[in-house]
Amino acid sequence: MRIFQNSAYKFIENRKKAYVVSGVVIALGIAAMILNVATIGSWQNYGVDFTGGSLIQVRFDEPTTDAALRAALGGADAPPVTRFGTENEYVIRAPIDDDSSINEVAEAVETQIAAVYSAGSFEVVRTELVGAKVGSELQLKALYAILFSFVLTLLYLAFRFEMRFGLAAVIATAHDMLITLGFLAVFKVEIALPTVAAILTIVGYSLNDTIVVFDRVRENLQKKGARKRDPIDLVNGSVNETLPRTVLTSGTTLAVLMALLILGGPVLFDFTLVLILGVVIGTYSSVFVASPALIEIQKRFGTGQSSEKKTKIEPATV
Amino acid sequence: MFKTLRSRLVLIALVIMMSGWQLYSNGLKLGLDLQGGMHLALEVDDPDGTMTAAAKADMIDRVDRIIRTRIDELGVEEPLIQQVGGDRLIVELAGVSDQDQAKDIVQRNAFLEFKLVVVSSDMENALTRMDRAIVATLGVDSIRALGRDVAGPTNQTDLEGLLFGNTADSTSAESDSARAEVEDAAQAELDAADALRPFSSLLNFGDAEGTFLIAIEDVPVAEMFLEVEGVERAYPRNQVLQWGSELVAQGARTYKRLYVLEEEAFITGDLLEDATASRDPQFNQSQVQFEFSRAGGRVFSQVTGQHVNDYLAIVLDGEVMSAPVIRDRIGARGQIDMGAGTPLEEAADLALVLRAGALPAKINIIEERTVGPSLGQDSIDQGKIAGIVGLVMVVVIMLSYYKMAGLLAIAALGVYVVLVLGGLAGIGTGAVLTVPGIAGLILSVGMAVDANVLIFERIREELDEGRATRTAVDEGFQHAMSAIVDANITTLITALILMQFGTGPVKGFAVTLSIGIVASFFSALFVTRSLFLFYLNGKKASDPISI
Repeated sequence: MRIFQNSAYKFIENRKKAYVVSGVVIALGIAAMILNVATIGSWQNYGVDFTGGSLIQVRFDEPTTDAALRAALGGADAPPVTRFGTENEYVIRAPIDDDSSINEVAEAVETQIAAVYSAGSFEVVRTELVGAKVGSELQLKALYAILFSFVLTLLYLAFRFEMRFGLAAVIATAHDMLITLGFLAVFKVEIALPTVAAILTIVGYSLNDTIVVFDRVRENLQKKGARKRDPIDLVNGSVNETLPRTVLTSGTTLAVLMALLILGGPVLFDFTLVLILGVVIGTYSSVFVASPALIEIQKRFGTGQSSEKKTKIEPATV
Repeated sequence: MFKTLRSRLVLIALVIMMSGWQLYSNGLKLGLDLQGGMHLALEVDDPDGTMTAAAKADMIDRVDRIIRTRIDELGVEEPLIQQVGGDRLIVELAGVSDQDQAKDIVQRNAFLEFKLVVVSSDMENALTRMDRAIVATLGVDSIRALGRDVAGPTNQTDLEGLLFGNTADSTSAESDSARAEVEDAAQAELDAADALRPFSSLLNFGDAEGTFLIAIEDVPVAEMFLEVEGVERAYPRNQVLQWGSELVAQGARTYKRLYVLEEEAFITGDLLEDATASRDPQFNQSQVQFEFSRAGGRVFSQVTGQHVNDYLAIVLDGEVMSAPVIRDRIGARGQIDMGAGTPLEEAADLALVLRAGALPAKINIIEERTVGPSLGQDSIDQGKIAGIVGLVMVVVIMLSYYKMAGLLAIAALGVYVVLVLGGLAGIGTGAVLTVPGIAGLILSVGMAVDANVLIFERIREELDEGRATRTAVDEGFQHAMSAIVDANITTLITALILMQFGTGPVKGFAVTLSIGIVASFFSALFVTRSLFLFYLNGKKASDPISI
């Protein structure tokens, strides 16, 4: 079996269309972030890991509704309640003072629930308390982690390839992250620690994809007469040559992730969803963003070779 | 070095055996999110921010040692206790069932002091000064708001008269007399303020010498008053007031004791050698028996010998546990009564923390996560099923797309799985399998598959260009190498950064991913290659292969 053998799609020629698609999606995401700032006071729906606060997860023997649970916890004054996976499990984000401990809060919640539901019919399965200081530290750490990995990757690629490859890869990765963050903002997905891990994995995956294509570009550039070839044709050819691998790898990874999404349970759900999104965007961006970015950079700043050589090898038309 | 097929296969077998042995002997450690347990982040209390970094680091070092001892005594298996950033301590206790107990044992200061109870009227004489200090600092209005604008017995009638005068005043229409009255009232206010007894009016005569009784409902206000600035300065020299831990019932009311103690403890818990819990069935009471070291015993016996018939207050973390009378010189041993009806477990916990030693400072819990074991079990079960289904899908895709070569890749993947699990088991306490860790594992499976796909696609291309089988395979591996190396290294960079910045579950993810990348590297480039050599062995250079 072979897929996309000797394919010759005009990816790079159609890059303008991709720019529009990416632009629209990114704009939507940014609009959602701005809307979030106006409505929930923060550009993302940060969970207790980042804001500090308490989280109490309760499992009931019988299915119940969040409305019923909210009524048990004080009606209008009830803390935010969200369903966790099945209808038997809910997460309560109770407010917490600086002094009181999570156990006091958990016990108070338990008492309130026990007053409505019978005492033995539920169980507190998870409690979390994060001090506000720890939360804001984590926000900073996450930012550092992402910036650091950007810088180091750029340096590595500049060293292994050429500067323009590194630059194009970082543009593609930033594009992927923007779209992912936009998606998280649109659906107000709760940002927890594993979500940061997922975002960084996307960075890794997107780079992986991009590098495979760039590796082929690099190889084709080293072939005899390559510098005389139309760069668009060369890059487009490289994308097509690696297309079977791109599709097969993405497909396999997606298959595994789908299994995780469907069977992995609620603990993994958000995390897996972000990863799936990342794989799709990462694959798209390595074809439609990273490779065109390479061409655009080359058009504006040259190949990084000496100018004398450049005038000789670079075709006038693009 | 590994030129021959035989040496390659031997190396692979060795690596598999080593990983298998690691996995067998150490087992795979599960993270708290999978097996249930408790995660605590502790910090030394520094409300004013005056401690230097070095002082904090030193403090956290001592806290670390003491908490380690305490947890060892508690009998938690393989606790993870780790200093982070020089001022923070992470304590992870897997499979702890009683969270309150565990927290108490970690957080309790356990600072034990022995002080003598002062039997003199000095403190009583100081009460007026304390009342004045409270009025001066808080102001009459806030004391009135608390409902504690009670005057002392001498001025009682005066004050009432003044208050009545004041009420009449407000209805008066005549401005002149009104002003005079206001001035009078101002003066009266000052006198009244002087006469207020906000604190001493809360006190009742104690049931023993050197104590006061305070009604339980007044305790919060009294506590607040004792915190007021200037009150402590009003204490008589070398005397302090400290709360008792026990409640006292007298008639229909319940009281708490306030003891008058010598300020300096004559001996503290750091001279303790041993502490054990026991139970006195006759009085339904738990006790902690303690024993001082030789030096401690000398001090203890000397002081108690000098103070026969005085009261000895046993103070734990600033609360008087009990204050028995000294009947005779006490040697190196003594006991703390825990009060009627206290369960033995509580005494056992106290004995434990006393043995392990007192924490040098107050410890704040700044982060706390607990996961019930049932939730963890669900996660494991679901993770397992999802992992198996995912792997089966990979197998199906690889087999149907690459046939024989796919089979080789799957065999290499099998080696990869053993390597990763063995690596996780062998790396030590830092590596535990967490929920995100499972995801990291599955992701690195994806990368291992990707490496194989890169190689096989390349071999196909080489075959398309009409190269002989053996050459095509060699070229395929060679040309796929650079992409695999670069892709793996960039992902490794991300994983290593996560390991530095992440905590808990994220770190678990990063560790699993890093091990996974290294293993996938070895599996794709070495194992698949060797299996290919094995497959090609005996074939002619031009024989077709199934790919």
